[in-house]
Amino acid sequence: MFLLASCGKDKDATVGYTQTPAEIATPLIFQQLIPEAVIPDNNPQTQEGIALGKRLFYDTRLSLDNTISCASCHKPQEGFSDSRALSLGVNGTPGTRNSMPLTNLAFNYFGNFNWDGSAATLEEQHEIPITSPVEMHSTFADITAMIAADTSYPLQFEQAFNVTNVTKTEVTKALSQFVRTMVSGNSKFDKYLLGEATLTAQEQNGLNVFLDETRGDCFHCHGSPTNPLWTDNIFHNNGLDASFDDRGRGAFTGDPNQFGQFKSPSLRNLAYTAPYMHDGRFATLEEVVNHYSEGLVFSDTIDPLMKAVANGGVQLSDADKADLVAFLLSLSDPSFINNPAYLPN
Amino acid sequence: MKKIVLLFFALIPFLACNNDDDTTTPVVESDVSINFTQSFDNQSITANEFSNLEYTNENGEQLSISRLRYLMTDIVLTDSDGIETVIADYNFVDVGESTGAVLDAPTKFEQGDYTLSMRFGFSDADNNGVYTDLNALSWGVPAPLGGGYHYMQMEGVYINSEAVNTNYQFHTIRAAQNPGDDVTLTDTSIAVNLGTITIDGSATTIQVNMNIENWYKNPNLWNLNELYTMLMPNYDAQILMNENGQDVFTLGTVTTIEE
Ligand code: HEC
Ligand code: HEC
Repeated sequence: MFLLASCGKDKDATVGYTQTPAEIATPLIFQQLIPEAVIPDNNPQTQEGIALGKRLFYDTRLSLDNTISCASCHKPQEGFSDSRALSLGVNGTPGTRNSMPLTNLAFNYFGNFNWDGSAATLEEQHEIPITSPVEMHSTFADITAMIAADTSYPLQFEQAFNVTNVTKTEVTKALSQFVRTMVSGNSKFDKYLLGEATLTAQEQNGLNVFLDETRGDCFHCHGSPTNPLWTDNIFHNNGLDASFDDRGRGAFTGDPNQFGQFKSPSLRNLAYTAPYMHDGRFATLEEVVNHYSEGLVFSDTIDPLMKAVANGGVQLSDADKADLVAFLLSLSDPSFINNPAYLPN
Repeated sequence: MKKIVLLFFALIPFLACNNDDDTTTPVVESDVSINFTQSFDNQSITANEFSNLEYTNENGEQLSISRLRYLMTDIVLTDSDGIETVIADYNFVDVGESTGAVLDAPTKFEQGDYTLSMRFGFSDADNNGVYTDLNALSWGVPAPLGGGYHYMQMEGVYINSEAVNTNYQFHTIRAAQNPGDDVTLTDTSIAVNLGTITIDGSATTIQVNMNIENWYKNPNLWNLNELYTMLMPNYDAQILMNENGQDVFTLGTVTTIEE
């Protein structure tokens, strides 16, 4: 009996199925430098839950007209984001923001998901795209009916959660378990930190620019070799606009001091996640770097870390700009986008 | 560490035996917490006052504060016998996020007189450690500047001599000369001795206030027009900040809740 239970497929008449616990595959660098992944007590990672979440993630039947899945806007080869500045929802309706890469979200310790931090948990976040009229525009009534009518979903849900009457809760829990497994920590730069790779002279100088308060000064918001998430996961106005069509964090909190603030994105996997910024306004990293170097625009809420705003920025030299881009690209992790664990079966 | 834990459990049976002995006077103990506050010329500053461009420093520059994060370390109460009890190895205060303002001591304290001491920033010995929570807050100092952690990040806007609203970043770190592979470092963390405190009642709350205006005056009159940005790699500025920081932290009110 013990042996059968531990293989996770057996059903006990009184307690139902036993799930097989799963660990977050935490890269060595993360183990050394940052706190453990955040797993909610009420949604532990299990192999059954993760497999189910992955199936749901790629299932277009989660949308109103069966045309789009999570992966339509979070495409593996695009770093689980979207090469369109504004992703298309059902009926080809564009949304208002650029899709976000799904990377290392189990390591968001502050519970602020989306560009504006409007969702406090992943479970909560996943409700939004499923029901939003400009995204999947479905309802949980439709989705649970689809699941009940499917030949294999009901058994999978029972094995993962011991439920026969599937609700929104199990759907979002399964998706979250899958999303939490998506960990990226195997870039060239990670290998360099482990002593397994060397940086080119360009990448090394780019790192110095990134870390130098008189030049890039990117580390105050975007992490550093001691914060391998490459984001602080908090909100800033990085000087894109003088006034705001999208008030970002401020639209969510109502605080005028936060108008125009957005969550600092991680700088991992930029090689795959173009275009950039919350509205996808920049097509290339060169444009991003030019923005920080000479394109800064003043507004009342501009982050005080932004320097020489009256001149548009600190005016990096062409060589420093190119090196900075080379360094940024060393944070991209091909093994992440090609990891079969994240790809459709 | 393991040894201490074992010792602790080994003691429990003996402690328990003491209860049978009615002759000892019961020890009266209080909860202790420390409340970290900030003010500018006695006006209290919390996240609510952020971005008000209404403070004037000694040199006459008008300024706002819109980010204020700082690290207090080695927070210790010492009793009259000289026995030290560590309240916390470090406490990170983020005024904007309203975190770290209240630090509860993990143990109760016997009533009586104590001295309270702490340090602004990590001393060199502690600055070389790895603090995963601080790493996640991007609190680290880049390796070319010697690594370790910031002491303080104070930022906002000041009105410069040409009447232009200008961002300032008043960041204090361990002073670094000659950034890069041959960097040399000077410990500019600041010992803060707050004097004697009486712990009484069922709970005592000790206010420790940062008087922000003091960063800008004694002994060095601070001119933001000259020193407002890129101060981390500026060795001389870090030394000046260290000098000005000596009287920044003071003991505020000590509040006691009666039993
Ligand atoms: C129509 C495109 C679209 C679809 C479909 C979509 N997303 Fe998103 N996703 C976005 C956009 C755009 C954002 C940013 C939203 C915002 O900030 O308002 C986002 C944000 C997120 C985030 C927050 C990431 C972070 O770093 O905070 C998560 C998690 C997420 N999506 C997961 C999912 C899941 C799971 C599904 C399927 C149930 C899904 N998305 C379907 C476009 C989409
Ligand atoms: C004050 C904090 C801050 C600093 C300093 C900062 N950034 Fe950013 N960065 C942000 C924020 C916030 C965003 C998102 C802004 C938005 O979309 O409205 C962003 C976006 C980006 C993006 C786009 C990423 C994506 O997925 O869309 C890149 C690339 C980037 N920053 C690189 C840099 C570089 C390089 C530097 C240094 C030259 C730097 N940043 C300095 C806060 C900062």
